[in-house]
Amino acid sequence: MSGVPLLDRRLLLFTGKGGVGKTTMAAATALLAAEHGKRVLLVEVDAKGDLTAQFEHGPVGFAPREVQPGILAMAMDTEASLREYLKLNLRVPVLGRLGPLAKVFDFVATAAPGVKEILTIGKICWEVRESLQGRADHDIVIVDAAASGHVVAQLGAADAIQELVDVGPIRTQTGWMSEILRDPELTAVNVVTTPEEMPVTETIELVARLRAEVDVPLGTVVVNRVLPELFTHADEETFDALRGEAALARLIDRAGAGVGNVLDGARLAVSLRRTRAVHLERLRTEVALPLVYVPYLFVRTHGLRVARMVADALDQELSS
Amino acid sequence: MSAPRRRRTDPTAPDFDELLAAKEILVLCGSGGVGKTSVAAATGLVAATRLGAKVLVLTVDPARRLATALGLEALGNRAHRVPDDVLTRVGLEARGELWAAQLDTKQSWDDLVLSNARDEEQAYRILENRLYHNLTARFVQSHDYIAMERLHAVHATGAYDLIVVDTPPSRNAIDFLEAPRRMADFFGGRLLRWLTLPYRAGGRRASRVVNVASRPFYQVADRLLGGKFLQDIAEFFLEFQSMYDGFVERATAVERLLHDRRTTFVVITTLEAAPLHEAERFCKELVARDFHLGAMVLNKTLPDFFLDPQGDAAAEAFGDGADELAVALATAPDAGAALGQPERTARVLRTIAESFRNFAVVAKRETELRSELARVPEVVVRVPMLDAEVSDVEALAAIGRHLVGTIRP
Repeated sequence: MSGVPLLDRRLLLFTGKGGVGKTTMAAATALLAAEHGKRVLLVEVDAKGDLTAQFEHGPVGFAPREVQPGILAMAMDTEASLREYLKLNLRVPVLGRLGPLAKVFDFVATAAPGVKEILTIGKICWEVRESLQGRADHDIVIVDAAASGHVVAQLGAADAIQELVDVGPIRTQTGWMSEILRDPELTAVNVVTTPEEMPVTETIELVARLRAEVDVPLGTVVVNRVLPELFTHADEETFDALRGEAALARLIDRAGAGVGNVLDGARLAVSLRRTRAVHLERLRTEVALPLVYVPYLFVRTHGLRVARMVADALDQELSS
Repeated sequence: MSAPRRRRTDPTAPDFDELLAAKEILVLCGSGGVGKTSVAAATGLVAATRLGAKVLVLTVDPARRLATALGLEALGNRAHRVPDDVLTRVGLEARGELWAAQLDTKQSWDDLVLSNARDEEQAYRILENRLYHNLTARFVQSHDYIAMERLHAVHATGAYDLIVVDTPPSRNAIDFLEAPRRMADFFGGRLLRWLTLPYRAGGRRASRVVNVASRPFYQVADRLLGGKFLQDIAEFFLEFQSMYDGFVERATAVERLLHDRRTTFVVITTLEAAPLHEAERFCKELVARDFHLGAMVLNKTLPDFFLDPQGDAAAEAFGDGADELAVALATAPDAGAALGQPERTARVLRTIAESFRNFAVVAKRETELRSELARVPEVVVRVPMLDAEVSDVEALAAIGRHLVGTIRP
């Protein structure tokens, strides 16, 4: 890792293809940061309610709630973000008379490019700025961000809006957001992936797009669900020899009829690891970013126990 | 590999094979990473070879090697026939025709505008509008909508016996179901009329005439975005206006097609908590919205041999008795060099035992999740994890055999 260690920055975003474990990584990193004495604001962008479930906590709204000691969590809501923005920046007197603001907002935001994106990234940057100026209850903002394609639009929204909107406060107020987003001492975008064909391909493409289209410092690529390497080369010869006629007969004689299945199981594990190794190699050679490996967890799949185990794995990797 | 397990509460309920024969459209859905595209391709393959049907697999974002296997590189929207020898090479009889096409969202939108615009001049005004690009590329549901639109267009040509469509990866699997209705609401909405009204009153490029009702809205919008921006939006929608009727009509037709009895939905999931939860929710929504829920595919499940109690016993013997077993193997009359070092052999045996026990935990969890499936369609098929990656036609054929329950060599 070049420069400022990840946990000493102020804004960490986690993105990646759907289903690779972004939410788990964001939650685990929050746990880790809290353990290092940081006060964390954890933001769920695609409000599905999965993020707080990692802490055995129910869904939260736009207002942050403490879900773990030292961890405040909030769900992004672009309409609430707009209301907050209007209240803070414009002191709009007609707000009460806007009537069905939700409907109008939804419509304009749908038609007008970048509005929802700017309200999302704007709120996130605003929370970072508040913490930098000592006005917030948190030291670091960790974001369970949108999936691959959408995150580029969000990160680039501040610049995009300057191209589209010629005047108005939104234009003048996007400058400081860009400054936070492009500062490598403050911000890092991390991409989560698994060692499979599609997630790796999408990661390589996403990293290339982030480098080309937006000015944001990249942190690490977190490779999730990495299967263990069972055998060294020499050990593998021994493993193969176990299937020899005499060896197999002796094994079955002593360990019972299940021997075939146990050997098949190891064979499958070796082969799964091997197909994944190809993709890991592709990642290593093509993204030119530090890779952090998180092992496949056999015992549990979700919940605080998993966040805990992943946090430990991240801790080892980040400090090594 | 194990045979797929079906849950058939009713002996007359169709199986996957019959579903392929009875339906004209299969819509595959599920959350990201569950293998939708592979299952879609495998389904097409089975239908083309077993039924002898002319099948189109309409896919959104195929993995490169899968695309290569199907001969799909750089084809855009145009359907492409998978050469027969691709099938015969892996021992499949090419009785029907397998076609494949990739969905190009941008191209599809452009086609839609070109075919609905009043004249070419108007079409190009829309196509060149900077908002048009943003709306179609960034408005997430535009992908959902256009996929369904394309499906409708292809079905309307009557060129295929069966169309297998793989839905776009959306944040929310239900979104695309509502996309046609939302699109109709969007273009037909009173809100849009209301928003463009001030600009309409005095001709297209006239300064706007703001009425009392909309004044507060414009005050806020102008202060936020600048008046020019809002005017751009209004102009864009004025252009679109003449196409409203066409759009709304199309959206309604698409919705009708999705509800047609010749259309069925296949929900794909892995046996992991999050995708499964999403799949169950999706099944529930489909039923609630009166769509036909045809089948559920449990993909990439672990093979049954991890559940073998004798396997447990053997793994225990490998783990606890590794040293004795290793010595016994080393002293066998035909023990080669590979088994000659008891220490190494014992290490390998312990590793094998550990690995089996690890995977057995996952297999048991999968079994438990499967038995807890609350709301399932009549047809549930299980496709075990293949030890190779699904990137060639052979692997697709293997998935296909699991889908229809015929495991042939």
